[in-house]
Amino acid sequence: MTQSKAMKHEPLPDPYQDEYSRTTFGFWVYLLTDFMMFATIFAVYAVLHKSTFGGPGPKELFDLPSVMNQTWVLLVATFFVGFGGASVHRKHRAGTITYFLLTFILGITFLWLQFDDLSLLVKRGASWKSNAFLSAYFTLIGTFAVHIVFGLLWIIVLILPVIKRGIDMVSVRRLTCLRMFWQFLNIIWIFIFSIVYLLGVIQ
Amino acid sequence: MFGRLNELALKHDWIEYAAGVSMILGGILVIALITYHKKWKWLWKEYITSVDHKRIGVMYLVVSFVMLVKGLIDGLMMRAQQATSVGDSFGYLGAEHFQQIFTAHGVTMIFFVGMGVVFGIINIILPLQIGARDVAFPFLNSVSFWLFTAGGLYILISLMIGVFAGTGWTAYPPLAGLKYNPGVGVDYWIWSIQISGIGSLLSGVNFLVTILKMRCPGMTLRRMPIFVWATLATVVLVIAAFPILTANIAMLSTDRLLDTKIFTADFGGNPMMYINLIWAWGHPEVYILILPIFGIFSEYIPVFSKKKLFGYTSMVWAIAAITFLSFIVWLHHFFTMGAGANVNAFFGIMTMIIAVPTGVKVFNWLFTMYRGRVEFKTPMLWFIGFVVTFVTGGMTGVMMAIPAIDFQVHNSLFLIAHFHSVIIGGVVFGFFAGFTYWFPKIFGFKLDEKLGTYAFWCWLFGFLIAFMPLYLLGFMGATRRLNHYEASTGWHPLFVTAAIGALIILAGVIFQVLQIYVSIKKRKEYKDTTGDPWNGRTLEWSTTSPPPFYNFAFIPEVHGRDAFWSMKHAKETPENRPYEDIHMPTNTGIGFYIGVLSCIGGFAIVWHIFWMAGLCVLGIIASLIIRLGNKHPHYYVKAEEVERIEKRTRNA
Repeated sequence: MTQSKAMKHEPLPDPYQDEYSRTTFGFWVYLLTDFMMFATIFAVYAVLHKSTFGGPGPKELFDLPSVMNQTWVLLVATFFVGFGGASVHRKHRAGTITYFLLTFILGITFLWLQFDDLSLLVKRGASWKSNAFLSAYFTLIGTFAVHIVFGLLWIIVLILPVIKRGIDMVSVRRLTCLRMFWQFLNIIWIFIFSIVYLLGVIQ
Repeated sequence: MFGRLNELALKHDWIEYAAGVSMILGGILVIALITYHKKWKWLWKEYITSVDHKRIGVMYLVVSFVMLVKGLIDGLMMRAQQATSVGDSFGYLGAEHFQQIFTAHGVTMIFFVGMGVVFGIINIILPLQIGARDVAFPFLNSVSFWLFTAGGLYILISLMIGVFAGTGWTAYPPLAGLKYNPGVGVDYWIWSIQISGIGSLLSGVNFLVTILKMRCPGMTLRRMPIFVWATLATVVLVIAAFPILTANIAMLSTDRLLDTKIFTADFGGNPMMYINLIWAWGHPEVYILILPIFGIFSEYIPVFSKKKLFGYTSMVWAIAAITFLSFIVWLHHFFTMGAGANVNAFFGIMTMIIAVPTGVKVFNWLFTMYRGRVEFKTPMLWFIGFVVTFVTGGMTGVMMAIPAIDFQVHNSLFLIAHFHSVIIGGVVFGFFAGFTYWFPKIFGFKLDEKLGTYAFWCWLFGFLIAFMPLYLLGFMGATRRLNHYEASTGWHPLFVTAAIGALIILAGVIFQVLQIYVSIKKRKEYKDTTGDPWNGRTLEWSTTSPPPFYNFAFIPEVHGRDAFWSMKHAKETPENRPYEDIHMPTNTGIGFYIGVLSCIGGFAIVWHIFWMAGLCVLGIIASLIIRLGNKHPHYYVKAEEVERIEKRTRNA
């Protein structure tokens, strides 16, 4: 409902050029395509997760407490990005900046934790070149990390104008898309956490 | 510094040199002509930087035509090789070169001709049919087009620098993996398809939003023209299928670049996974090509039969059924994988079921013609040709859907004949029909009927003579992709016949070029002054030909199906309304820059020049940031300006 409130502040120039609803819907559709892409990589992981070629499997390699930390960091980041999205719609500048920057910091933390984990794996001799299971694992996590990197970059690009000029209709639209992107990544991470890590360690 | 790019990349045999030189000469000729006519500024302002969906559509068609010529030459070369390489003679092409040609032929025809003409026609016609002034995201549309073009360029570049893949157009690993294909060929293939595929994906998102959000008032879903329905189904397929391709090829690419072991034959990799995924995209892909064509038929058959379309609702349901079923048939491309009898039976039955909605559509078109006043203009001729070839192709498809038969004809020329029947008979014929039908709308004058008729008969008979022998050859055991066979097989006469057929198709293309040339010469005579040359039924005919850049001075209001038909036959004349300001997107060159950077970036990765690839990625990000900072993505066309344009075009 915050959306319609925000829309009331400035009348749209032309009902057929309703950019806000077109863009957010279009972005939603884009997220669906991204979801399909992750689904494909998940399918590959599901097929290959036992193809360790004699090497150690998920149970031996994954460090569940560390992954739990990553998950918490990401969940809190998504919590803040939700607040950030709400602040944008209320045209609350300070709140917007604070919450998106908090998201940014947590995003960096997440990447750092993840990088730590993965480099430990590589040091133990379990790199993406070792076998099909690890290749699929690194591809999945790597694709996710690339998304996070783009998300971080995107926060900087969109928050700078808010700091400089304040919130206008354009930044409402763009930051709403960014918020959806983070929430989407969080959903993907829930899948990764439960299917790759939890099921992997149980098996 | 330059990765693995060195002077060896330029070493080729004389045929490739000839192709390269003629391509460079062609390029120089085009550049010289543009310079001579001082058209650079016009080209830059009106086309390259344009975000107008009609202009972008025209550019799609131009690129597709260039690629069609390239693909056709590939086809002719294969026919010539197979007609001569028998017994003691080994033809004129080496095995290495031959395999690049059949790969390039498939990639060119599917990705850059099929996809190109489909997106070209959708771009031009769809916004007009739904009464919109542009697509939902005009800038994104420009980016899509330039990514598509960038992808296509690799096929041409690989003729001169390095080699193209020799793996077949689907590049199955482990053959396409690092171990068996360490060279640049497969990498060219990967980036060609990856870049153009992302373009197609973005187009899919764009058109879905356009259809669902930009229809004019009164145009409910059930009042949309069937072409719009077909496009809606197509873009749903694009959105669901292309990400699979992107992810799949990305993983093949990490196998090759980062030495991962996903699709390798050793270290636990699973090449069959790749084959499943490429067809999980690949089968919807063939419907992405054919559904818009079904839409085209549904548009002009009523017009040339002077009747409304027979069975609108069943058409929509048939489209929806095809869309759904196209996702659960992919395994029929590899029944021989050995997935087990039950799995094969499931996919076989699903494949056969697709023939039902398709049959519904063919009957609907025929019933539309039944008792109509049918005018046999060229588009109708193409439709008759389509019925013959497409139904043949469809029936052989159903034959191959029976796994037991498929085991006999798998990867034989029977298969080649089947899919050429549906792709040439369906996509190509249907596109030519749509092109002829909408040509006056796009350019303001009709195409020459006589030459169009000649082209049609050449294509139809050329097609039959070129591909019917392949059905026989398939039964005789000829497999696809042979560059040599023994005389004792008895195949030689049939291969010669097929080569003659290919030459007749070439004659058809020459007639089409002549047709366009003659029509341009006689454009005053063929001029369409009314905007409605065929007595059309849908909204695109309600505006002038060619339409003004804003499409409609007033957004139309729709009260039923065949909206323009009822407007024409309405009793009351529309009242004189004052013109209004029109909100339009501003042209931008950033789509073009992103295309150029993607093209250079992909080339750099192919040759392992990673610093250059990194710079290109940064460049693309910078371009996007510049675009975000654009303060004037839109502008208003003033009411006086609209009035001036309307008066000029209406009175001309």
